[in-house]
Amino acid sequence: MTAFLAILSRDLKLGLRQGGDLLTLVLFFVIVGVLLPFAVGPDRPLLSQLAPAIIWVAALLAQLLSHDRLFRSDFEDGSLALFRQASLSLDGLVFAKLIAHWLLTGLPLVVAMPVLALVLGLSADGFWLAVMTLLAGTPALTAFGAIGAAVTVGLKRGGLVAPVIVLPMSLPVLIFGTGAFDPARVGAASQALLLLAALSLVSMALAPFAAALALRISGE
Amino acid sequence: MAQTSPNTHPGWFTRIAHPGMFMGWTRHVVLPLAIATALAFAAGLYVVFFASPPDYQMGDTVRMMYVHVPTAWLSQFCYAVMFSSAIGTLVWRHPMADVSQKAAAPLGAAFTALALFTGAMWGRPTWGTFWEWDGRMTSTLVLLFIYLGIIALWRAFDDQLKAARIVSVVTLVGAVNIPIIKFSVDWWQTLHQPASVFRTDGPTVDFSILTPLLVMTLAFSLLFLTLHLVRMRTEVTRRRIRSLELAQARAAGGAP
Repeated sequence: MTAFLAILSRDLKLGLRQGGDLLTLVLFFVIVGVLLPFAVGPDRPLLSQLAPAIIWVAALLAQLLSHDRLFRSDFEDGSLALFRQASLSLDGLVFAKLIAHWLLTGLPLVVAMPVLALVLGLSADGFWLAVMTLLAGTPALTAFGAIGAAVTVGLKRGGLVAPVIVLPMSLPVLIFGTGAFDPARVGAASQALLLLAALSLVSMALAPFAAALALRISGE
Repeated sequence: MAQTSPNTHPGWFTRIAHPGMFMGWTRHVVLPLAIATALAFAAGLYVVFFASPPDYQMGDTVRMMYVHVPTAWLSQFCYAVMFSSAIGTLVWRHPMADVSQKAAAPLGAAFTALALFTGAMWGRPTWGTFWEWDGRMTSTLVLLFIYLGIIALWRAFDDQLKAARIVSVVTLVGAVNIPIIKFSVDWWQTLHQPASVFRTDGPTVDFSILTPLLVMTLAFSLLFLTLHLVRMRTEVTRRRIRSLELAQARAAGGAP
């Protein structure tokens, strides 16, 4: 447990003290969300209808952008090789890193949500629903992204391959995330939220094993 | 054949899966398989075009099904082949499992693309649209993307031994994820008809249509088997050439 907390606080400190990354990510999320209205046109009813989709696509892209640094620096400076000798198994260690990564990249998106909600004309109910879906769904994105990052960690030019693998796999998150807003379906919101939460829990529980296996293979 | 453990007699599978043995016995199997495939296609196409009635609603366009359904079935079967090979790679680190996995990926992508293409061609006259955001079609499209991602990952690695094990992880994760994708997409939207051949209460398709369908499925499955074997043989040969080149370069004292 000490090792687990040590890794967690190490990653959090690294993420917070480098500072720039966190702000850049939030900025990217907001910019993507603001960019899409320019492509769609300043039609407020249409935009408020598209708002959940825009928010989720922006969140997906922001998460994709941040995955590469999840394991790469540790892999390149040799920390991962050392971690394999730790008292904590690599699976547990990856789990700690995932939690830290979600706190650094998933949670800040929620903080930036009010800006997007205002710009896109989301109602108060819609805003809270969007916050809930982001909270319930982004851990799954982190988990899928971790697998993509672990699989491509040994590649010098893995930058493009990881998204190609991760994006199709994170389709369910996108479907449930935006499906919560479907007005035509009775009880869609609670159903989608439960499914999102289930997806996040299962993927957060299983992804560390897959990612750790890929890291072991890459480190050989 | 160098046997690693002389005191225990290796099982039949261990023997036929040895790369050297594999090259030996497949040499004699490829041609008969190719002939069987051609015969099955000849019989299948005859039944499809001359010995089966047009559908009472869809007319002659129903014949598209005899290509569409077998390719759609193979698009999933290829993933099953890759999945079992991936387990072979991760658990036993068997070189032929690597080769089988690598050989199946482009075939799976090709059959999936073919299923989507024939589906679009069939959808136009019957549903009035090439593409609809329907559950089955969308999940097949996602399956194609997963195949292409796996091929991209294979190509990104220089070291094919490491690539095989890394790709295995992705294949296994995909195998867990594909049912979830399927469920989520079905939850999202559905237009495609449900399964109608393999059901517990017997097929809902008439026998005059089921016969050509089964013959064509056999033909396409044989085609997959033949192409898979040929691709595996090519891959084994390619690896041998590669190691021979490396050995030669090493003997010459230069970089490969």
